[in-house]
Amino acid sequence: MAHDEALGNVGRRDFLFKVTTVVGGVGVAAATVPFITSMNPSADLLAKATTEVDLVGMEPGHMRTVAWQGKPVFVLRRTEEQIKLAVASKGGLEPMADQQRVKQAEWLVVIGVCTHMGCVPNLEGEGWTCHCHGSQYDYSGRVVRGPAGKNLEVPPYHFSAADKLVIGEA
Amino acid sequence: MSNKVMQWIDRRFPLTSFVQHDLSEYPTPRNLSYWWNFGSLAGIVLVLQVLTGIFLAMHYKADVNMSFASIQHIMRDVNYGWLLRYMHSTGASAFFLVIFIHMARTLYYGSYRAPRELLWWTGQGLLLLLMGTAFMGYLLPWGQMSFWGATVITNLFRATPFIGDQVVVWLRGDYTVGDETLTRFFALHYLLPFVIIGGVMIHLIALHMVKSSNPSGIDLADKDNIPFHPYFTIKDLYGLGVFLMVYFGFALFFPNLLIEPANNIPANPMQTPNHIVPEWYFLPFYAILRSVPNMVGGVVAMGLSVILFAFMPLLDRSKIPGGALYRPIFRVQFYLFIIDMLILGYIGYVPPTDQTIVIGQIASIAYFCSFFVVPFISTAEEKWLRKRGLPKQVEALIASEELQKAQKKTGGK
Repeated sequence: MAHDEALGNVGRRDFLFKVTTVVGGVGVAAATVPFITSMNPSADLLAKATTEVDLVGMEPGHMRTVAWQGKPVFVLRRTEEQIKLAVASKGGLEPMADQQRVKQAEWLVVIGVCTHMGCVPNLEGEGWTCHCHGSQYDYSGRVVRGPAGKNLEVPPYHFSAADKLVIGEA
Repeated sequence: MSNKVMQWIDRRFPLTSFVQHDLSEYPTPRNLSYWWNFGSLAGIVLVLQVLTGIFLAMHYKADVNMSFASIQHIMRDVNYGWLLRYMHSTGASAFFLVIFIHMARTLYYGSYRAPRELLWWTGQGLLLLLMGTAFMGYLLPWGQMSFWGATVITNLFRATPFIGDQVVVWLRGDYTVGDETLTRFFALHYLLPFVIIGGVMIHLIALHMVKSSNPSGIDLADKDNIPFHPYFTIKDLYGLGVFLMVYFGFALFFPNLLIEPANNIPANPMQTPNHIVPEWYFLPFYAILRSVPNMVGGVVAMGLSVILFAFMPLLDRSKIPGGALYRPIFRVQFYLFIIDMLILGYIGYVPPTDQTIVIGQIASIAYFCSFFVVPFISTAEEKWLRKRGLPKQVEALIASEELQKAQKKTGGK
């Protein structure tokens, strides 16, 4: 009978066994996706993607630390002298022109997270110093001494008015 | 009556035979020193941590706005909350101290060698789980050290090739360590101890297969084994008494000694403390991380520094029994390694200066070298020892062991 033939067909059984294993494996792999993805930032966190900063009352040399996506962002109104220093140098470990790092020479906006281990550097000396492991950054947020190897990141931002800064949107 | 109950159970579940085989009559070498107390001690500390932890969890709140205050609530308002918390925080340090001594004993006496490799490796897995559990638990009080410790350590995963940044965000559930991170760390900090309990079971099954090693390093087999109960139940309890005196000495009189003062300040994501240090039990590994100028290199070196212990059964080629006891060069190596660990611990604690960085780099190189030289030194040492002749009593022990094996074989026939 055809039925018995199907049962006795070893090649067919092997094939079915392999296909079932593969489908089962793919199913298990697919089932892990929701679990793993659930650990990524949730929708309400993503919704807080921009931060508005009011720049009124900030004098030259004055710095403010604002939170954007939970990270500190340094907004520094640079003095003439600081701009001169920043423009004159090419930076240290990751050279970059100061013009590429600012939209208006007067305003420096960088993420205040050390690119080494994620500590928050302090404004001191000729720029920022990270107290965790001793990295230094200049007035353009460029790294001038390790162990950090990268410049402070510039977040996407734009000026929505003369004295209004929006961080998180270019 | 109780006899009948036992019979009823034994016909359905191997209770009596299990108790006899693995507890009361479990054969244990009679010559174990007090260094062999630390395994059972680690088990008891695990129970202490789970117990205090469960009761702390009844009062703790894993929410960035509430967790710091809920710790104050436990300390001030909860009945005996201060005791539970100090026992738990001191218990974490005690756990690592006991485990480090347990590992040092295994290294000193060469107990990791055949046939106990799996015992050593399951122990390694348990160490990693313990480190993970301790690290996650440290975030829960949501103090400045908690926050920045978790920030720096999760940042290490940036070293993952290609998807480093995504991995860090995935681990944290946010762009920085935040509410999501705290909640998941709490969930895992509650889960992992039970995974550890499972791991301990596997560790014990492996132990009961190969039985305890002993200071002589020679398989004493049935000749010199004595039942676990009452001899070692009493000895373990005596050791426990001594341990509890030290433990409660810290928990009751110096509970804040090992808590960084900065952790009494609520976490502030906008301000890093001037000097961040990990808990003392991570310091040597942290020093190795800092010694490598390149970030990825540092992470790899730190990971290796923990994992390398697992390679000891493969690196150590010597068949001389008793480990450092009968191996003078290995003994020197052992003590140099311990001194190197202490130097690294100190370097990990102090703020980095040009001088300490150099010392840290030398100590890190020495750390790795002390593993890599083991195959060569152990082989050369064994040759030299065989030529010189082992101490007479050792030769006698080896001879008696071989005789016993031979007798067993013929007896089996």
